[in-house]
Amino acid sequence: MPRLLGVDIPNNKRTEYALRYIYGIGPTRAKKIVTELEIDPAQRSQDLTEQQINKISELIVSNQWMIEGDLRRDIAGNMKRLQAIQCYRGLRHRRGLPARGQRTSTNARTRKGGRKTVGVVSKK
Amino acid sequence: MARSLKKGFFVDPKLMDRIEAAQKTNSRQPLNTWSRRSTITPDFVGLTIHVHNGKSFLPVYVTENMVGHKLGEFAPTRTFKSHGSSTKK
Repeated sequence: MPRLLGVDIPNNKRTEYALRYIYGIGPTRAKKIVTELEIDPAQRSQDLTEQQINKISELIVSNQWMIEGDLRRDIAGNMKRLQAIQCYRGLRHRRGLPARGQRTSTNARTRKGGRKTVGVVSKK
Repeated sequence: MARSLKKGFFVDPKLMDRIEAAQKTNSRQPLNTWSRRSTITPDFVGLTIHVHNGKSFLPVYVTENMVGHKLGEFAPTRTFKSHGSSTKK
């Protein structure tokens, strides 16, 4: 399995999909990498040559794309800032609720986690 | 959708006048305002502003980090009373 930028080991899928296993690279960037370096998108990532792998890392670095740890830290920092200034979005992050005005009466399960029954338990 | 940059930030003109006056005289008297929709600009930093939440004025001390947010973001309008607390007894 090829190693890209330290720890990432995308598996033996088509290159254009395997690249998305890197945190911070999605469909757009994966496609851009493949077209810009003229790699066949259907090529399995295990068949990438050393040269191609180096080129991919170079492209990512030269574009200054934030990736993996840096990106995660950036996001965590943003959340921390919002929480520190006590603004509405920060408060929502603290409570683990959606921060962009979505409804919470139903749905919002991604943020709220599994269903927990709440409410008054009636006396017998 | 974000506001067009061409128009610049929105700050209630009346509030802006008061902010400028306060900064000029270095007065740190809290300002009461209902204008939750005003963007915080760098001029606000260091002032305490009482922002209305629909019921009362909540003091907001403006720091540098808050620039670019709206005043209303710092004065929550809803209070959440937890569920199921009446089970006692």
